[in-house]
Amino acid sequence: MGNALHLENVTMQFGGVVSVNDLSIDVPEHKIIALIGPNGAGKTTAFNCITGVYQPTNGLIEFMGRPMVRNHPTGKALKTYKGENAGKFANDPVLAPAPDEITGLGIARTFQNIRLWKSMTVFENVLVAKHQRAKQNVFSATFRGNLAEEKRMRDETMDLLVEQGLDAYKDELAVSLPYGLQRRLEIARALATSPKLLLLDEPAAGMNPQETAELADFVRQIREKYDLTVFLIEHHMDLVMNVSDYIYVIDFGSEIARGIPEEVQNNRRVIEAYLGVSD
Amino acid sequence: MEYVISVLLSGISVGGQYALIAIGYTLVYGILRLINFAHGDVFMVAGLMGIYFTATLPVTASVPLVIFLTVVLGFTIERAAYKPLRGAPRMSVMISAIGVSYLLQNTATYVTGGQPMTYPVIPFLSDTVNVAGTQTKWVVIITPFLVLILVFALSLLIGRTKVGMAMRAVSKDFETSRLMGIKINSVISVTFIIGSALAAVGSVLFFTNYPAITPTAGAMPGLKAFVAAVFGGIGSIPGAVIGAFLIGICETIIKGLPSSWDVSVFSDAFTFALLIIILIFKPQGLFGEAATDKV
Amino acid sequence: MVQKKRSYTALIGITVLLLFVILLENLGNFIPGLPQVLTPTSPLFTVLKKAAVYSLVAVSMNLLNGFTGLFSLGQAGFMLLGAYTYAILTVPTAQKEQVYYLFEGCAFDFSLVDMFEGIFGNHGAGGAIAMILACLLALILAGCVAGFFAYLIGFPVLRLKSDYLAIATLGFAEILRAIFQWQKLGKVTNGANMIKGFPTFTNFNITDSSGAVILRLSTFVPFLISSLCIVVIVLLINSSYGRAFKSIRDDEVAAEAMGISLFKHKMLSFVISSFFAGVGGALFAMYVANAQAKAFTSVMTYEILLIVVIGGIGSVSGSVLATFLYVACSEWWLRFLDSEQYIGNIKVPLLRNGFRMVVFSVVIMVIVLFFSQGIMGNREISLGALIRKFSPKKERKQ
Repeated sequence: MGNALHLENVTMQFGGVVSVNDLSIDVPEHKIIALIGPNGAGKTTAFNCITGVYQPTNGLIEFMGRPMVRNHPTGKALKTYKGENAGKFANDPVLAPAPDEITGLGIARTFQNIRLWKSMTVFENVLVAKHQRAKQNVFSATFRGNLAEEKRMRDETMDLLVEQGLDAYKDELAVSLPYGLQRRLEIARALATSPKLLLLDEPAAGMNPQETAELADFVRQIREKYDLTVFLIEHHMDLVMNVSDYIYVIDFGSEIARGIPEEVQNNRRVIEAYLGVSD
Repeated sequence: MEYVISVLLSGISVGGQYALIAIGYTLVYGILRLINFAHGDVFMVAGLMGIYFTATLPVTASVPLVIFLTVVLGFTIERAAYKPLRGAPRMSVMISAIGVSYLLQNTATYVTGGQPMTYPVIPFLSDTVNVAGTQTKWVVIITPFLVLILVFALSLLIGRTKVGMAMRAVSKDFETSRLMGIKINSVISVTFIIGSALAAVGSVLFFTNYPAITPTAGAMPGLKAFVAAVFGGIGSIPGAVIGAFLIGICETIIKGLPSSWDVSVFSDAFTFALLIIILIFKPQGLFGEAATDKV
Repeated sequence: MVQKKRSYTALIGITVLLLFVILLENLGNFIPGLPQVLTPTSPLFTVLKKAAVYSLVAVSMNLLNGFTGLFSLGQAGFMLLGAYTYAILTVPTAQKEQVYYLFEGCAFDFSLVDMFEGIFGNHGAGGAIAMILACLLALILAGCVAGFFAYLIGFPVLRLKSDYLAIATLGFAEILRAIFQWQKLGKVTNGANMIKGFPTFTNFNITDSSGAVILRLSTFVPFLISSLCIVVIVLLINSSYGRAFKSIRDDEVAAEAMGISLFKHKMLSFVISSFFAGVGGALFAMYVANAQAKAFTSVMTYEILLIVVIGGIGSVSGSVLATFLYVACSEWWLRFLDSEQYIGNIKVPLLRNGFRMVVFSVVIMVIVLFFSQGIMGNREISLGALIRKFSPKKERKQ
């Protein structure tokens, strides 16, 4: 099996600050891969580059074997560029799809600081995520020309909610749910976009130990059920070590280690990065 | 040639008057991120007060009184209409500003009975003077110099005093400044006081040159001044001043074009066209800083 | 199922309302000696007509500002486009010489009214059909022109952030106003003068051969058109696209990440809102019986925005309710504030021309500051719920 996601020399620079530096990552299909690192290491920035929120300053991102995002510094950005491999993609055309196009390709995400739509119910939050793939246009939708499609969207949404154990809350405002369920809802919403690759940004943040333990099983379950590839950022080491097939560790934007959980656990640089260096 | 000089002169003076209003916009936007739609109307009210006071008081007394009362008005508007909405969505505050503008215009209509009011002749400012063969009013000559002096004083205030430092800090980062113990509300009040005082001075200069004041007389100069502030880079005082002079000059040139072309109707539209072009190509303006959003 | 039932109740409610309007304006035909309030010249009907027109514009603005979260202040500009499109297309050729006398006639010799009269004849039922079709087509084209301009303007301005979008759309409206007043375009727009002579609401009154009114429809027509348009907007809001708009309003970043194309949906909302603002503008021209660029100032936009705020940003029924209250207060109920009044022998202080608007703006400020949710917040009036509330208790138990 090939790679679902492939990052090649991705650098993201804001002004003079390099947030992600020359990052290369492979996420093989159907695997659960983790990206870890101390606070401010650039993990979420990497996610934002993959999902099109930011355009990387330099580098290539492939999805399912096809180039999806590509950029290289030019002009003023080239002069201030501090990263490496500035010339590597200089002759390739720039690719900068918008986040919704990337979602359309089959990448869905959750957010570190939960971003549910606050005036909408739990049901609507999931239903909106079905909008992109619905076979409709603004006329057929407005004049109810395609009721079957609307019904299909509603039914599938209901199925998802039942599966996530959220059906009891379906008419409540999304923001009125307890924290753990809001995270669940974010995952359900992401699944509603029918992704092939799921990016989870600190899915266990704010969860209690029991919820965290359940989360590991849950991630494996949805991977099987939806034939997903999962790429996650996490701070809970128990969860990461439990669930991941392979781990990338970054600090100050650069990779410091990679390997299967046991290797990473015993890596000196990783321990230093997390605990600080003691001479 | 004389014609060109007269157009240029009046352009510079109109620009100077816009500059005085634009500073009020740019300061307030810099700190509250609010387009203070009522600012142009404060300017109009200052003009009306000028009319009513000079009817009974000597000019030397009424001008300071106008400035003082305009400052009180600006301060009151901020306390009554904007302060309660701190923390509310930006749209609510802007709607409140539009509401204040509506209130001021309607009150002015009520007080004046809707009639255009003639601005009094202010001695010296209204006297004519001969510059390079063209007749003009003293106010036209004085405006740019007065503006430069006031801007200089303002930049000293902002650059050298404690309150100026607080203003700069708040405009950089509202929340952090609050955490650092800066009294946000007093800083905002000072901003409104400065803006209103300058608008009051601007009103004396502006309306001396115009035949009459109507309740909506402040709206257009206000919007133009805002455009000037955007043009120069919102939050930047020199930017606002340069933008205002440019707009003033362009506008008088358009108005001065041969009447057979019949383009004077576009003197206001031009300003907005300029605004849209800037927003598209250089949204941070000439001297503004670009901002990035965090996700 | 519940939804289907709800839409039936709504449909019945609207039909009843429309029939009631017809009845109301024709009461004079059945009952002689009616109280003045119910006679056709009463301010009641002025208020009803104007409010019907304004409620469409308010709802269209709410679609954009309330449901999509785009703070646009261009409404007056799109109304202007609609008003002029309607007027230019429907002024009968025979009248053009007179309307455009300053410019020695109109640039093109065409009128939808004449065109349809050519097909259906110009009197009797044929004339009526011709006029209805002409007006209908002109209204739709008015919306299309406004929508098309919104599409063009949307490319640059929809990228802008909240307050910049507001000022840019305001600017576009001002530019449009200047263009329509330009004397060089006089042969089309009649320069700064008004265009008149086109069919208005009164043309829909059914008259007999002597010209006496048999059936009055001049209030019904704006009600009909506005409610049709508002129903379409409500359908849109409750559709998948409407939900997508709301997700953009709530959180752009999340919406984009869930596959909602920001630009496409903002553009859709902007164009549709402007389409209905254009139709509203055409209705406004019919209401005042002229089209003049001078009327469509930013003050008009502010007024509509304030109506939306009073009604509740994000509530269609709130906007409609607020429009009727607002128009009734400003055109009728608060009129007495504008003239001197005496209680016994004592003159009430302050009352004179202009006081009404001062009171009005104070009330608006109070709402903006202390009741920022408006009348309805983001809830809707539901007919079903109303009926249940006022029906006898035993039915409620079910």
